[in-house]
Amino acid sequence: MLRRQLLHFGAFTLGGLPVSLARAEGAAPKKLVVVLLRGAVDGLSVVAPYGEREYAANRPQIALPPPGAQDGLLKLDKLFGLHPALAPLKRHWDGGQLAFVHASGSPDPTRSHFDAQDYFESGTPGRKATADGWMNRLLTALPGEPGPTRAIAQGSTPPRIFAGTASVASLGLGPAAMQRRAIDNPQLQAGLAKLYANDAQLSSTLRNTTEGRGEMARSMASGGEELATDPNADGGAPSARSFAGDARRLGTLIRKDPHSQLAFTSVGGWDTHVSQGAAKGQLANRLASLGEGLDALATGLGDSLKDTVIVVASEFGRTLQQNGNGGTDHGRGNVIWLLGGPVAGGQVLGEWPGLDRAALADGRDLAVRTDFRQVLAPVLQRHLGLDDAALAAVFPDAPAPWRDAGRLLRT
Amino acid sequence: MRNRRFVLSSGAALVGGLILARRAPAATLSAPALSANERALHALNRLGYGPRPADAAAIAKQGAGPWLERFLDEQLQPSRLAAPESLTQQLSALEVLSLGQAELVGRYRDAIKAAREAKREQAQGMKPDADAANAVREKVRPLVAEAATARLARALQSPAQLEEVLTEFWFNHFNVFAGKGPVSVLVADYEQRAIRPFVLGRFRDMLGATARHPAMLTYLDNAQSVVAGYEPPRRARRFLDARPELKARQPTGLNENYARELMELHTLGVDGGYSQRDVTELARMLTGWGIDMRKALAGGTGDLYAFDPHKHDGGDKTWLGQSIRGAGQAEGERALDVLAAHPATARHLAFQFAQAFVADEPPPALVARLADNFKATGGDLRELTRTLIKSDEFWSREAYQAKFKTPYQYLVSSLRALDLPLAEPRPLLAALAQAGQPLYGAQTPDGYKNTAAAWRSPEALTQRVQLATTLGQRSGISAERLSATLGASLSEPTRRTLATEPAGQQLALLLASPDFMKR
Repeated sequence: MLRRQLLHFGAFTLGGLPVSLARAEGAAPKKLVVVLLRGAVDGLSVVAPYGEREYAANRPQIALPPPGAQDGLLKLDKLFGLHPALAPLKRHWDGGQLAFVHASGSPDPTRSHFDAQDYFESGTPGRKATADGWMNRLLTALPGEPGPTRAIAQGSTPPRIFAGTASVASLGLGPAAMQRRAIDNPQLQAGLAKLYANDAQLSSTLRNTTEGRGEMARSMASGGEELATDPNADGGAPSARSFAGDARRLGTLIRKDPHSQLAFTSVGGWDTHVSQGAAKGQLANRLASLGEGLDALATGLGDSLKDTVIVVASEFGRTLQQNGNGGTDHGRGNVIWLLGGPVAGGQVLGEWPGLDRAALADGRDLAVRTDFRQVLAPVLQRHLGLDDAALAAVFPDAPAPWRDAGRLLRT
Repeated sequence: MRNRRFVLSSGAALVGGLILARRAPAATLSAPALSANERALHALNRLGYGPRPADAAAIAKQGAGPWLERFLDEQLQPSRLAAPESLTQQLSALEVLSLGQAELVGRYRDAIKAAREAKREQAQGMKPDADAANAVREKVRPLVAEAATARLARALQSPAQLEEVLTEFWFNHFNVFAGKGPVSVLVADYEQRAIRPFVLGRFRDMLGATARHPAMLTYLDNAQSVVAGYEPPRRARRFLDARPELKARQPTGLNENYARELMELHTLGVDGGYSQRDVTELARMLTGWGIDMRKALAGGTGDLYAFDPHKHDGGDKTWLGQSIRGAGQAEGERALDVLAAHPATARHLAFQFAQAFVADEPPPALVARLADNFKATGGDLRELTRTLIKSDEFWSREAYQAKFKTPYQYLVSSLRALDLPLAEPRPLLAALAQAGQPLYGAQTPDGYKNTAAAWRSPEALTQRVQLATTLGQRSGISAERLSATLGASLSEPTRRTLATEPAGQQLALLLASPDFMKR
């Protein structure tokens, strides 16, 4: 039913426009998906340094048991273990396509969620006046042809990271995201275009809407095996919304749309000031849902995962020491996750400062030793093909190249 | 930008040493001033949720000038405006507005307990009591829905429209999230008693009321922030010893969450000149500000706030460069005094206020004047609002129709313009959630943004056009009637374009027009 609707919708919005569904000749385009964990996830629970004495000592109630113990961490190496709730991702680690960069983050010391997210999204830590987001600058700098769905923002609201002049398509949340809507009616579109003629911003939003939705609908309708098996296609109840369902839809769209290269989505709810729990509990539940979602994203991407790098990051980390409520307060260093075929997985990268008091930022938090832009730079250059000048446009005033830059990707 | 600078400099050159250019903003030189009708619509759109057909009729009858003069006077004195009987009746039927904090939280706890018990029985193969299993759905959720009904009913029908938009603004400024535990049943009381009474009162009073409200104490965790090494009183120890799970959740030290947001969001602003040390020290000063849960347990009544000296860190502190002697609850009171009177707070609030009511990038001169007024009046919010309404910037051509509506503003103004009654709030609440602005559902303490950059996107446009189509069909009114209601806020080009469109889609196009997307 839904599929038929979409097929119909595809034909409907096509009008007489010439459309080629054939993939470009030669290599498939390289793709980047960024997942921002808003609210500062506790990186010391995601990839826990169980090998450090200070880890368990500072977290009597919330430290995760070492690998091998009951409810213990999934061993990554002699120092680090993965949160057991992230078990769905272990196969990606074992398969060599999941890596982490620990003690990473922003050089700006703010512990404000909102400033820190802003800096991550603008790509200019410490500078508030930057009007656009780094993924929009990346979209402009990306080699190749522009197109309405080259970049996709998933969510109800426009993310700061894609703010800027280049066109970005948007994909809503929930199973109804791809259903036919009133705005897909060409007659109404024509009326709106006339009404918006004197309003540059609304005109451009309308153009991005109609072109983006048209192409997304055509892509999703192609092949066609996918939606029928989508477990979340349950008639469009918004309450059935889940990250896994949304992530899978995003992955499928990226795989099926021959032009898509950049995508962004975000997940909230990581600000665990109270009772965050250990192997079970609040944070474990959230991580389980996230792990399931990232695995679903990988599944949705299918063959395209070999050309895709998924980056998962958060605005800052959380205190080493648990607070008075079995939670953690705002800290500094965190862990960045990288998943995908091009990633040289199975390793925890980055200079590890340790957890001795002298090594902590402000005497309390995991220090930041790797700038998030140092991690993204090799992805942008070696994976997406940006030259030095283009990189400098995306990240002006970026720090010097990272010592592990050559070890992050396979190519 | 370049154009405006040009106008300023050429204007200055023309008038030579005259002071004309300083008082009159550049816009009055470059663009015609707002007409009386435009001013009336501007007031309805900015100081309220837009015109209803009755407003258009009143403007036509009284003349825009006299109508506006009376409107502005009344809005600053909302107690003089009688609510319509239908609204009073609707509100008096809402239980959530009449219950006290202890009863609300008591009901919440009973429902959670019953549901948990039922789950346990089910797990053991027993057939649980149906009432118990459905306790949350039947006892808690209706209270949350009532809170939303109250907010929407007032926004739609209250003649005190300024009070409504200010309530939305200040609630958002002191945001709490209904999705966090008992905050769900407390949001209505929070809005009713910690926000609404002060929107034209004193900022310090609102700050104090939010600081003591159990919704805020729960949402930003201050109720759980205690002196390091705190141990529960002896009477509780045996009880806790028998319940290790509960004992493990007892607070044992500081939680910085509220102290940080109190400075960053509620008062000084993120650039207000405080350090991580100041956050920790303020958290220490506020230890002991919490909730007396015994009241909610024993069928008690009244407010839940209590200061517990045993949880308070009585040591000396150094905060914002001042030495603070241990003084119990008075430390927190003093902190709120200092924060409310701080010049950084005046600047921060002035910017937020001007951004919400004038422009996404508000004129710096207006921000400075609002900040000065806030300082001079000791944080009198009626005077702050009056200063805004008296400013040239508010009535400038540049500010006119310059704000992109949030999903909430878009929805409420649509319902008002179409004169649709509030029958069943659920589909409206679902539409807001889908648009990214669920009512009482902002998870983070900064609330929702009100700038175009935060809301204008293809997905937003898709949803607005959908809503415009649905509401347009449901209302059954004519495009002519809607045009008449929107009056001067509908531009001539929009009217001309609409006239050439098929009648069947005129109403939807009107609601999706640039003129109605903005306010």
